[in-house]
Amino acid sequence: MKIHEYQAKELFANYGIPVDQSVLCRSVDDAVKAYSQLDSQRVIVKAQVYSGGRGKAGGVKLAIDEIELRKHASNILGMNIKGYIVDRILIGQAVNISKEYYASYIIDRNSKSTILMLSKEGGMEIEEVARISPEKIHKFVIDPSIGVPDYLAREAAFKLFDDVNLVRQAASIFQKLYKLFIDTDASLAEINPLVLTQEGSIMAIDAKMTFDDNALYRHPKIASLNEPTEEEKKEQNAKSKGFSYVHLGGEIGCMVNGAGLAMATMDMIKLYGGNPANFLDIGGSSNPTKVIEAMKLLLSDKNVQVVLINIFGGITRCDDVAHGLLEAFKQIKTDIPIVIRLTGTNEKEGRALLEGSHFHVAETMGDATKKAVELTYNYQD
Amino acid sequence: MSILIDKNTRLIVQGITGRDGGFHASKMKTYGTNVIGGTSPGKAGEFVEDIPVFNSVKEAVKETGANSSIIFVPAPFAKDAMMEAADADIQLIICITEGIPTLDVVQAYHFIKNKGANLIGPNCPGLISPEKSLVGIMPTMIFKQGSTGVISRSGTLTYEVVYNLTENGMGQSTAIGVGGDPVVGLYYQELLEMFENDPETDSIVLIGEIGGDAEERAAEYIKKHVTKPVVAFIAGQQAPPGKQMGHAGAIISSGSGTAAEKIAAFEAVGVPVANEPSQIPSLLKVLI
Repeated sequence: MKIHEYQAKELFANYGIPVDQSVLCRSVDDAVKAYSQLDSQRVIVKAQVYSGGRGKAGGVKLAIDEIELRKHASNILGMNIKGYIVDRILIGQAVNISKEYYASYIIDRNSKSTILMLSKEGGMEIEEVARISPEKIHKFVIDPSIGVPDYLAREAAFKLFDDVNLVRQAASIFQKLYKLFIDTDASLAEINPLVLTQEGSIMAIDAKMTFDDNALYRHPKIASLNEPTEEEKKEQNAKSKGFSYVHLGGEIGCMVNGAGLAMATMDMIKLYGGNPANFLDIGGSSNPTKVIEAMKLLLSDKNVQVVLINIFGGITRCDDVAHGLLEAFKQIKTDIPIVIRLTGTNEKEGRALLEGSHFHVAETMGDATKKAVELTYNYQD
Repeated sequence: MSILIDKNTRLIVQGITGRDGGFHASKMKTYGTNVIGGTSPGKAGEFVEDIPVFNSVKEAVKETGANSSIIFVPAPFAKDAMMEAADADIQLIICITEGIPTLDVVQAYHFIKNKGANLIGPNCPGLISPEKSLVGIMPTMIFKQGSTGVISRSGTLTYEVVYNLTENGMGQSTAIGVGGDPVVGLYYQELLEMFENDPETDSIVLIGEIGGDAEERAAEYIKKHVTKPVVAFIAGQQAPPGKQMGHAGAIISSGSGTAAEKIAAFEAVGVPVANEPSQIPSLLKVLI
């Protein structure tokens, strides 16, 4: 789960990480009021959206007087940045930047640890730095049983600074950021840029945090900041019913048990010349209620012309699955052709049950996919 | 032989009094696995089928000599269960539970490693050495004893692949689901090494998916250290970036972790990548 910059800065401030003074505004009038409160002639106006690349999209501007502030605020509010409409802006004091750095904590799959990543190349996207000059990124693997002790924080800070006073400031920020990362079950805590001001202090002038969805149950305050898009709402609704759904935009809706098999099914549809409408994993069991819910979700996508159901009966036997499907489709009225592929435990019994129904029954994934693609073409003719 | 589990596996089930724990304990026992006990705090003295229940893993180990444990406890308690097993000197810990916070897994993983034990999972179907031992939730009837080793990040996709192998007369030495989370225990590299050293394994199928760069690393490792034939399959070519595809670990982030990169990495080291699961047996037969 993502949060906005202003929300992340609030968390930073709570943990004693220095941030620039800023005020969140929802209108131009708010912005003007904020401007008069801030102890700075020059201010930065920043769009608050989840998407990266705000600067490039024109969502970050410097204003040196009230006229400019009004102009930028009214331009940025309502702006569309990669599909997100800006409804909030952050007005912050413009900091006298001497140099920009990068600092973040992420969970690294390979070391199976939290790592601290640092670079002197602040202000640009870290993926870009990693691609062009990976030697400029410093990584520190954190032992979860000891966290970030003073010596490690100093060692890290010396990668960015020579002056011991600056090292102490930075080291303290790294320790506080780690505590925040762990306390909130974050999956990313990023400061880009971390700046050294001309006055000699180090502060975060941007803040980015994402959180582990699996841990939100123990962080209700953070969970309450969630602002899902329409598409994400659909995905979250699916999740609450025990399955995973991702919209893709094609015309063959698919319903599969298991995430890996569901991905492989999408790939097969493409391989055989069709386009998957979605990813949908209905999980281990295929009880009728779940199938009904999943079908409703699939059919709410008006692009869907054919539905492909791919079930590998493992612990759940195929004859049970077939009963479930027959039961479910008594309650779902649709003219859309449905292809069912059923394999695994008791597959013959399962397929026999479906014989004579209006389903197209297939034995292999290949046959089922071919059939589904064929039916899409018929539909288009 | 086989890897990790065989007739010498002495297994306890943590969370045996729960619905899934009880169901699968009985399935595993029926298959022939030595399920010698289970744990559930406060339920010592009870039996699930005829399997004795203990209050703690330490107690279960002391009474039964267990060397492996499979965990079915709910996500909020899974970290504790993993650590409890390691602290009781269990050597192989298999965690089936899905949805565990990643930082919990990080903590448990390091604890287990420091104790010198191995973790498989979490969010995995477990493993099976056909006709010897099942420590997991896999549908046993699709497996057949043989000499192909299977390593996978997924559940039902593994069954699909194994089904195709078995139908084509290719049995399995051991099949392992490593788990679909971003952080899991034993992974491709360790398991490739075990299969390479296992005299009963003559070929390996590796089933990967989008997210992370474990497949790329596996390809590098195969090039340097694996002499047995390997065939790969990668799921998620159609996955859009930035979206979690069911598994917490299956996500393309900042343009990396794509299926195309992984397929290219395998092809670059001469590992054939199947277009669809049913192609795997024929690709493998050419190499053996």
